[in-house]
Amino acid sequence: MMTRQPFILTLIDGKGRIFLGILVAVTVLVAASNLMLPPTSALHVPTYAVSLMGKYLCYALLAVALDLVWGYCGILSLGHGAFFALGGYAMGMYLMRQIGTRGVYGNPVLPDFMVFLNWQELPWYWYGFSSFPFAMLMVVLVPGLLAFVFGWLAFRSRVTGVYLSIITQAMTFALLLAFFRNDMGFGGNNGLTDFKDLLGFNIQAQGMRVTLFSVSALALALGYLVARVMVTSTYGKVLIAIRDAESRARFLGYRVEHYKLLAFTVSAMMAGIAGALYVPQVGIINPQEFAPANSIEAVIWVAVGGRGTLVGAALGAVVVNFAKTWLTGALPEIWLFALGALFVVVTLYMPKGILGLFQTFTRRRRADDGVAGTPVPQPAAE
Amino acid sequence: MLNTTLTSALLYLDGVNVTFDGFRALNNLSLALAPNEMRAIIGPNGAGKTTMMDVITGKTRPDEGDVMFGGTVDLTKLDEAAIAELGIGRKFQKPTVFESHTVADNIRLALKGERGPWSALFGARNHIADENIDKVLEKVRLIEHRERPAADLSHGQKQWLEIAMLLAQDPKLLLVDEPVAGMTDAETEETARLLREIAQDHTVIVVEHDMAFVRDLDCKVTVLHEGSVLAEGSIDTVSANERVIEVYLGR
Amino acid sequence: MSSMIRLLSLLGILVAAVVQPALAQDAKATFATLATDNYADIEKGIGAIAESGAPTAEAVLNALGDNRLLYRPSDKALFYKDASGAFHDAATGAVVTPAPTGLKPVRLNNRVRRAVEAAVGTLTLMSPEAAKRRQAAEAVFRSRDAATLPALAKAIAAERDDGVKQALRQAQAAIFLTADGIADSDRIAAVDIVAARGDQDARSMLIQVAGRGSPVLKLAAETAIEAIDRRLAIAATVQNIWYGLSLGSVLLLAAIGLAITFGVMGIINMAHGEMVMIGAYTTFVVQEICRTRFPGLFDWSLPVALPLAFLVAGGVGALIERLVIRHLYGRPLETLLATWGISLILQQAVRSIFGPTNREVGAPSYMSGAFDVMGVTITYGRLWIVIFSLFVFLGLIAVLKLTPFGLRMRAVTQNRRMASAMGIRTPRVDMLAFALGSGIAGIAGVALSQIDNVSPNLGQSYIIDSFMVVVFGGVGNLWGTFVSALTLGVANKFLEPYAGAVLGKILLLVFLILFIQKRPRGLFALKGRSVEA
Repeated sequence: MMTRQPFILTLIDGKGRIFLGILVAVTVLVAASNLMLPPTSALHVPTYAVSLMGKYLCYALLAVALDLVWGYCGILSLGHGAFFALGGYAMGMYLMRQIGTRGVYGNPVLPDFMVFLNWQELPWYWYGFSSFPFAMLMVVLVPGLLAFVFGWLAFRSRVTGVYLSIITQAMTFALLLAFFRNDMGFGGNNGLTDFKDLLGFNIQAQGMRVTLFSVSALALALGYLVARVMVTSTYGKVLIAIRDAESRARFLGYRVEHYKLLAFTVSAMMAGIAGALYVPQVGIINPQEFAPANSIEAVIWVAVGGRGTLVGAALGAVVVNFAKTWLTGALPEIWLFALGALFVVVTLYMPKGILGLFQTFTRRRRADDGVAGTPVPQPAAE
Repeated sequence: MLNTTLTSALLYLDGVNVTFDGFRALNNLSLALAPNEMRAIIGPNGAGKTTMMDVITGKTRPDEGDVMFGGTVDLTKLDEAAIAELGIGRKFQKPTVFESHTVADNIRLALKGERGPWSALFGARNHIADENIDKVLEKVRLIEHRERPAADLSHGQKQWLEIAMLLAQDPKLLLVDEPVAGMTDAETEETARLLREIAQDHTVIVVEHDMAFVRDLDCKVTVLHEGSVLAEGSIDTVSANERVIEVYLGR
Repeated sequence: MSSMIRLLSLLGILVAAVVQPALAQDAKATFATLATDNYADIEKGIGAIAESGAPTAEAVLNALGDNRLLYRPSDKALFYKDASGAFHDAATGAVVTPAPTGLKPVRLNNRVRRAVEAAVGTLTLMSPEAAKRRQAAEAVFRSRDAATLPALAKAIAAERDDGVKQALRQAQAAIFLTADGIADSDRIAAVDIVAARGDQDARSMLIQVAGRGSPVLKLAAETAIEAIDRRLAIAATVQNIWYGLSLGSVLLLAAIGLAITFGVMGIINMAHGEMVMIGAYTTFVVQEICRTRFPGLFDWSLPVALPLAFLVAGGVGALIERLVIRHLYGRPLETLLATWGISLILQQAVRSIFGPTNREVGAPSYMSGAFDVMGVTITYGRLWIVIFSLFVFLGLIAVLKLTPFGLRMRAVTQNRRMASAMGIRTPRVDMLAFALGSGIAGIAGVALSQIDNVSPNLGQSYIIDSFMVVVFGGVGNLWGTFVSALTLGVANKFLEPYAGAVLGKILLLVFLILFIQKRPRGLFALKGRSVEA
């Protein structure tokens, strides 16, 4: 008989400890190196690289959110980019309102693109976005509400598998088309950009960049912990149960749609936060973020890292995006070949991703030492 | 035909019809089960056995007819989860357990209690006593496999685990679909013993093809054919029935 | 040169009938009237030039209309630039070298533009080409310049072509309706003639008439407007249906291959759009070879491209099935991801080979041109695509229902183990079926290359639509796909006038998302136990 572990050890397992440890270390070292070392030092991390890493961390949070629904509940969402983008737009709207009279047209209320379109007043849905707390509330509420309504409809009528994937893709595609329209009031094709301040501090300033990077790291850590709380509780066991045998869970009396809906909504909120942190670091949000290709790319991050592990998702996001930055710089024509090949190779030969390879390796070693490994959740083949 | 009245029956089906694209899966099916009765359902392929289970558990809605539980509850108005909470458990034809979970966790998820996501996240679900799990596992003799992932169990062990999950659910009515398909003779005997034990304080419906096993169960038998009841009675009575021999048993 | 002479002699006839013959040396003085900044003078000058009969009159007037006419303020000399940028003397048409300096453009406003149009119209009313004469009549119809009435009367008398004669009469009637001092009886007759056009131009003209004519004329005009409205409403509906069917057939072409791979085999092929793209590029390559080696056979490029596209796309499909999809049967979500990766590779491959920009795919003679039915313009290109999509659809149905391969394929779909037990080589059938779906996408690409940009992104624009069509129609049901494609096409076109193209599309996507909630298995779903497992 096994004795029950303390809660905190169940919550943060070995992988989690390594992950959080590395995350904290990297954040502290990068921030310190950027702020304290002179630019001439070989160990100095330039500010642009800090923002780039901040971007990766936002992607990692998106991947963790996606893994929560895909890895643990079998919901392959091809529309998580939409939640990410909606969070980004909410943040972008706040940043637009902070520009004030510093825009090209100097209008104190209307963003430049509205002046350009000859709009006379602010649309009602822009009200309140000059307030930071309100905007932050919207960052989680808007994606959460969309996910809730969409999920409520889809899970209640038991749309599953590829059908669900296809309609999530249709959802983000519809939003892409909608946000391209000028009359939507979100800047159309060009989106929202030319940001100046965040909470009164210059968004370009070095200190602000490091702060955003650190906040991204913190958000990733918190997102990871929230997801861990969910998946290590009985709730998470039910999620996995639903993934493995949905009808069995139903006949045991579980309202499958409620479980899925909660996970989907929380996941969408996390994606929204990731998007909100992403926007000030890249300086723009435009409808292209809704492109179905982006959402599918996020899925491959999760697959590359190892689905159903959370840590793997974050790892995959960072690894793939680092490769993307490097390859699109060094050999731009190779990038799509590499990304395409990654999709094929990972699905064919690495169903458990990098972390899976790693675990096979360590388990084999442990077996050699005569220690039985603890069973890990094995994502069932879909 | 019905020798049990609506009020005293635990499960009562009357005039149930189900049609798929013109094909009549259930044709005016009527059936009644008394509390703590065990009933074996036999019949050729396509006789409507699985569809009947689908109707009782809320997976399929009948086109017409009544399905009453405990004399007062209309099952046709409820979904699977609600029906499960009422106390109806179902074992599938193909053993369906949560393969990624340990045997203990499979039982943990099946144990009676709050089923909502909030209680699963923060509530009592997280503090289910190991003793309750052990009790159930001892009954199906899986206690030594407690911490193994369900995926590692043999086919027969999975069948038992699924039955154990039903027991943990503590339902009033158990629907068991072909529990011994693919089992060895020893396993089959063991399963019959298990079901008889369960039937002492539960109402059980067993769908099975294996006539020896049905005989082992030693209970009333209903023969389905083309979506309605062809014959009902003890195994010896139905085995002697001309029509049953013609459509099912063969001469 | 000979065309110049012919034009000159024709102009001579026309001008002799309308105005006093002008002397050649007066031409320079006449043209000088345009060398001014005063719009009223320019307008007068246009009339004078049209009447002058100068051989360069048409060239000069056209140049004025296109902003290519310039003058030298110092001596009021007039020049026009031709398409190559060379300067011509307005009076003689001779090329002036070196290019004159200190020129100012002759300015244009809308009145001047209309005057130019009318004057050019008059000049060409007697052109030997019927199409030109018709164009001229249309120009007069729009300008309604009363000064052209005598020329019109002459032209009507001389006209032999019925269609052109009608156009001329309509132009004349339009002038009757708008000019001053025309008898009411003439105007009422003119109402009927204009009303017979039955289009928006006629309608707006009649509304003007109804606003200010005598009571009788007003009544006639109002009756005519009502009749036109009815006709326009019908024409609009017919047009919407036609555009809808045309869009629907494009959707059908794009989706029909998917209906095989996804609908029948259950494979999520995200690279389906790239099979369409491969077909389109095959067409491009065939046309390039035609252009460089056999220019005379250009019209044959499409018939040649069709089987080639089928083979190329089908071959690529077979390869994909062999190398990737085979290992993922029963894992639809993994298939989705892997084929998405393949689609990225194919896109980038095409981009590397053919470049990232649009490639020009030409239309053979039978694909260009158009005709009118009930006020709806039908282009031959669209018509052929509608016919072609029906042909492909019926062909596919025939293959599935009538050939041994179709029988085997249906057997494998329905019960793989049983089919295998009966000696059907199921892996081979899978490969061929996937190749068939891909090949059909390839020939869809040949057709779509005629109406869409042939670029590496071609496939991406069709993939979501195609999935929607298949899912809406009901998976595993080819007729469902057919009905679904046409319904969605027509619905889209009927939504467009109210919601705009983009919003219409968004509405349709939202509708489909909601529809899948209600009927997860599509319009014509197969019901029963077997598909619910």
